[in-house]
Amino acid sequence: MSEEMVLRVNDLNVFYKNRKRKLFSKKNKKIQALFDVNLTMEEGEVLAIAGESGSGKSTLARAIVGINKDYQGQIWQKYDRPQMVFQDPYSSLNPAKKIGWLLAEPLRVDKDRKWTKEEIDQRVKEIMEEIELPLSMLDRYPAQLSGGQRQRVCIGMALMRSPKLLIADEPVSALDVTIQAQILELLENLHKKHGISIIFISHDLRVVYQISDHVLIMKDGRVVEEGPTRQVYKNPKHDYTKQLLKAAGIA
Amino acid sequence: MNKSQFKRNLRDNPYLLAGMIIIGLVLLMIIVGLFWTPYDTTAMNASEKLQGISLRHIMGTDNMGRDVFSRVMYGSRITLLIAIGTVFIGAGLGTIIGAVTGYFGGMLDEVVMRVVDALFAFPSILLALVIVSVFGTGWIQLLISLGIAFMPSFARIVRGEVLRCKNMDYVENARLQGVSNLRMIFVHILPNIKGVLASSILIGFNNAVLAEAGLSYLGVGSQPPYASLGKMLSDAQQYMFTTPSYVLCPGIVIVLMVLGFAFLGEGISRWK
Amino acid sequence: MEMSSNDIILDVTDLHIEFHDHDKPEVAVEDFDLMLGRGEIVGIVGESGSGKSMSALAIAGLLNRKSLTKSGRIMFDGTDLLTCDRKSLRSYQGDEISIIFQEPMTSLNPVKRIGWQVEEPLFIHHQEIPKEERKKRAIGMLKAVGLDKAEDVYNMYPHELSGGMRQRVMIAAAMIGDPKILIADEPTTALDVTVQAQIVELLKKLNKEMHTSIIFISHDLSLVNQLCQRVIVMQQGNIVESGRTSEVFANPRDPYTKKLIAAIPKIDLSDDRD
Repeated sequence: MSEEMVLRVNDLNVFYKNRKRKLFSKKNKKIQALFDVNLTMEEGEVLAIAGESGSGKSTLARAIVGINKDYQGQIWQKYDRPQMVFQDPYSSLNPAKKIGWLLAEPLRVDKDRKWTKEEIDQRVKEIMEEIELPLSMLDRYPAQLSGGQRQRVCIGMALMRSPKLLIADEPVSALDVTIQAQILELLENLHKKHGISIIFISHDLRVVYQISDHVLIMKDGRVVEEGPTRQVYKNPKHDYTKQLLKAAGIA
Repeated sequence: MNKSQFKRNLRDNPYLLAGMIIIGLVLLMIIVGLFWTPYDTTAMNASEKLQGISLRHIMGTDNMGRDVFSRVMYGSRITLLIAIGTVFIGAGLGTIIGAVTGYFGGMLDEVVMRVVDALFAFPSILLALVIVSVFGTGWIQLLISLGIAFMPSFARIVRGEVLRCKNMDYVENARLQGVSNLRMIFVHILPNIKGVLASSILIGFNNAVLAEAGLSYLGVGSQPPYASLGKMLSDAQQYMFTTPSYVLCPGIVIVLMVLGFAFLGEGISRWK
Repeated sequence: MEMSSNDIILDVTDLHIEFHDHDKPEVAVEDFDLMLGRGEIVGIVGESGSGKSMSALAIAGLLNRKSLTKSGRIMFDGTDLLTCDRKSLRSYQGDEISIIFQEPMTSLNPVKRIGWQVEEPLFIHHQEIPKEERKKRAIGMLKAVGLDKAEDVYNMYPHELSGGMRQRVMIAAAMIGDPKILIADEPTTALDVTVQAQIVELLKKLNKEMHTSIIFISHDLSLVNQLCQRVIVMQQGNIVESGRTSEVFANPRDPYTKKLIAAIPKIDLSDDRD
């Protein structure tokens, strides 16, 4: 069983620094954002983390990818360097760089191996095909792309070094509905084709249902319910889950 | 950006156009002055002292009978060189200090920025005067002291911009890919603030031209017989009423330079 | 739905909006028609750039940029809002026609107390109402939008409230003048799902109790389905389909409407396949 596991989180507690520190108070108070979070994830699974703003779902993602290192508890991962796709494709691409440069950057800074220029070009072309964008876009700046195209580039950047675990933090919430559907389809295809394990964070329970195998419902920094998505939706145990499902017009 | 787009942008941006024309003319004068001046810049002619504007001397002559136009051609070169050097040192140091403190924050930021604030508290001319009085007069000393005096404003601007950028998702995205801190600062973040930096460099040019003129006027800049524009102004002031062309001509060139850089700066900040 | 001319409160015909920011004029809205009945809720759906917000802003009289031309007719209360003078337009704005926006975080003034902001429309349009009466109405309105401790909220500042509460305050301010039309421009998009549902319920309740007609603009078809009797689907400045919501959803005719409906993830919990 443990060979198939890609991620295990045990009793995770995450803290934030209190920025509203008074001038003369020595105590550096911290605010707790996550309380005793546990989760396991199997290889090739799509795990959804659902909840509303302030539920701690993004905090959990940030702790897993290592942006936030101030935590207590264990995060065990089978592979290193998980990648992440952010919510807002308008701020997650460097506006001063061209698409081709952005896609190549993960390889240029790769410490594990040295990529030759030809190899990088080759890989960039492969990825452009994966994310279904024309090669002519390599010469464009992010501002010249639509939201959906930008999000494809973000996914492409995350895929450059063939990660085994991808964390998508509300990847479609900033997009129009028809574009949402396309991006979800792209993620599903990548998942099927490469067997990438995906953590999909969303507040939209309809989207969660469409894409995930397992779901984790979070509220106020705690996991309130978890299980196979269909099962949770059919038979929600926690009141908050019921409330969420009702708000989404599902139950 | 293709050519026609460039032309259209230029047409919609009279500031940039005006700035380019004015600075172009000043540069032309300086470049021609490198190879040819109507008269030897230091040749004195006792019989032609303090003449007004004429065909022989289009900017007249000074109190030693030297051709003012030739000296202006030469003097603008020194003024421009000092301005460029000052901004180069100031912006270079300021950018590095601002970027590093802004990016890393913490204790380093606190300490360095308080020092910068202290420097900032002095008027830059006063600060330059202090430095010059320690290291002596001469245009190299002037350049270094003005550069240090100009550093704080660049450091502040760059730090603010880096603070704004460093919490953007794209920085976090790059960090996840394993981009190192230095690469993050200089390759990922700095290109995003080049617009702001460019316009503050041009404003810096202005202040540098004026500061050089001011300091030379006070007598701590370039030494005779070579004169910057500011030094010429200072020499000319006692003949202000007898030969107004002597003081007006270098003065007008200073104004043109300042105006040109100001227009360029405004134009660049409006550039789409 | 057949309406007698008496029941029609707003009649927009051939609304055309064009921008002149660049060399070529850009058409933002073309041939927009809308008939709004008394007490009716009409939804306008479309994606970004479809012109749905533009049309609404034009109806609210908020599109007054120089680089923009408008043509057509917006008939309200016997006046054409497009051609009438500024003074009469201003007398409608915020009183007879109010608008609430997407971002409850930025549409409230951060340095003014909630009470002041809710009373503002009364202060502008009905100066004859005495101060105590204004306060009484404001507190009543805050209660009506579901803010329980209305007296406390009255004295608070926006930053002390959550997003959902702020949107309730915005609705209270929009409704205090008892408007005939409320334009809600993506009022729930920035809110959490459970709060979204509450705000939609609130709009339904106000519509029922105060008989205010509502123009509900959204990109979320399922919300529109819950709330609106009629729906207008827009794409790239044009109306591609309109009709009774239930009919449009059951039987979309336009390919774009079909695509929009298909884009809503389907949830089928009934069968037991796995």
